[in-house]
Amino acid sequence: MVMRPRPLSPHLQVYRLQWTMVLSITHRMTGVGLAFGAVLLVWWLIALAAGPEYFALVQRYLGSWIGRLLLLGCTWAAFYHLCNGIRHLCWDAGWGLELPAARNSGAVVVVFSVFLTLVAWAIAYGARGG
Amino acid sequence: MSQRSPLARARGLGPAHGGTHHWWAQRITAIALAPLVFWFAFSLASLGAVEHATAAAWFRSPVNAVLALLLIAALFHHMQLGLQVVIEDYVHATGRKYVLLLAVKLATAILGIAAALSVLRLALVM
Repeated sequence: MVMRPRPLSPHLQVYRLQWTMVLSITHRMTGVGLAFGAVLLVWWLIALAAGPEYFALVQRYLGSWIGRLLLLGCTWAAFYHLCNGIRHLCWDAGWGLELPAARNSGAVVVVFSVFLTLVAWAIAYGARGG
Repeated sequence: MSQRSPLARARGLGPAHGGTHHWWAQRITAIALAPLVFWFAFSLASLGAVEHATAAAWFRSPVNAVLALLLIAALFHHMQLGLQVVIEDYVHATGRKYVLLLAVKLATAILGIAAALSVLRLALVM
């Protein structure tokens, strides 16, 4: 059943951008991004199970500047999606649905996700010394 | 136009024949993932060493192996459910939609099984 393209009422062109909207689509984008990140995780696990030589190769790729950039992005995406996910679960329970509360919890999510990312990376660099 | 009453259609658990199962599964995997991801992220970060031996040894601990397997199960199920919703939102051509949905189900299953097998291999080294 092929559908003729139906007309859509304007949305992005007319609505003023709100933080709640931005955080919501970011939640979706981090989710999809993390799906790709999960492929990386599986690659790493397979390499680990495969043995030292292949693992060293994968570690080299992930340790390159572009690999690290990717991992940094994945780390932040994971923490953001996690924190915002908890925010969603609170909404499912009925808490924090009022607009001021939603805006505040949104700010907490953004700040906390950045903070967690920095902490995780600080630990990682500390543990290996570079 | 179906002659079934609205009640009968709803009793078939809604148009997707799943009722609220998807919604609950998404929330339950999310609740499981919250502590598991925290644990895994910070465990991985504090692992530090880039060598194979250290990382492999970490998975030999039964606690780590079990938690890792739980993480993998919850993660790939949650991922499949999430991607399903995204596809349903943006892809409307029926053929394309179902192919994508099946592809995602297959891909997440393959990834999940591959990940679990890797963890098991590492954990069961005697």
